[in-house]
Amino acid sequence: MTADVRLLSVSFDAAAETAAFASAHAAAGGIASFLGQVRAGANDFGDVEALELQHYAPLTLPAMQALAAQAMARWALAGLLLLHRQGVMHPGEPIVLVGAAARHRRDAFAACEFAMDHLKSEIWFWKREKAGGSWRWVEPREQDIADLQRWQ
Amino acid sequence: MALRLVFLGRLEDAAGEPERDVIHASSYAQVLAGLESELVAALADPRIKLAVNGEIVGDRNALVLADGDELAFLPPVSGG
Repeated sequence: MTADVRLLSVSFDAAAETAAFASAHAAAGGIASFLGQVRAGANDFGDVEALELQHYAPLTLPAMQALAAQAMARWALAGLLLLHRQGVMHPGEPIVLVGAAARHRRDAFAACEFAMDHLKSEIWFWKREKAGGSWRWVEPREQDIADLQRWQ
Repeated sequence: MALRLVFLGRLEDAAGEPERDVIHASSYAQVLAGLESELVAALADPRIKLAVNGEIVGDRNALVLADGDELAFLPPVSGG
C-alpha cells in the first residue's frame, strides 16, 4: 500500500510514469489510469496558447496527499499514482496523471474517478488560459461540483 | 511588524499583485480597513476561504493575528 503523490513544476512523461507505476505493482492484476492534457483548440476568445495552474504551497500538496490517503482507505488498492502539474503549460502537455493498481479492475477504475473528481473541484488549484494574447481566469464549472457529490 | 497577504487566482487581479506585506493588525476587520475598497469588495465574496499560516479559518472575526502571520485568500478552485 503506497501512494506516489507529486506536485510538479516541469513537464513529465506520462507514458514512462504509467509504465514505471505498472512495473512497481507487478502483483496487481489491474492498472487503471487517467491522463489530463492541455486541450489544443479555441475558447471564447481565440486559440488557447497556454494554460497556467497556480497553487498555494502550504495547502496544495498536503491536500493531494490527504486525497490519496482517502482513496487508499476507500478501495483495496496496491498502489496509487497522483501527479499534477503547476505553472505554465502548452497544448498537448500533460496536466494530471492518476493511476490506481488493484487486484480487481472495479476498484482501480473507481479510485481513478474519485481522485479526478476531487482534483477538479476540491484541491487548491486555480487555472487561467491565455488566448488572443491575454490571460483569463477559468471559473469553476457546476458540473465539476455535481461530479463531486456522487461520492458523498 | 508585518502581515503577509496572499491573493490566489483572480484575486491577484483584484489586488494588482500576488502578495503584499502590510503593517501588523491584530483583527481581521483591521486588516480589511487598511485595504482599498475595490479589493475589500472582492474579498467579501462568501465563497472565498481564508487560510492563516496554511490552516483554513472558520470564524475570521475571532482571529487574533500575530506578527509575521500569512493570510491567504482562496477563491473557488478550478483545477485538474
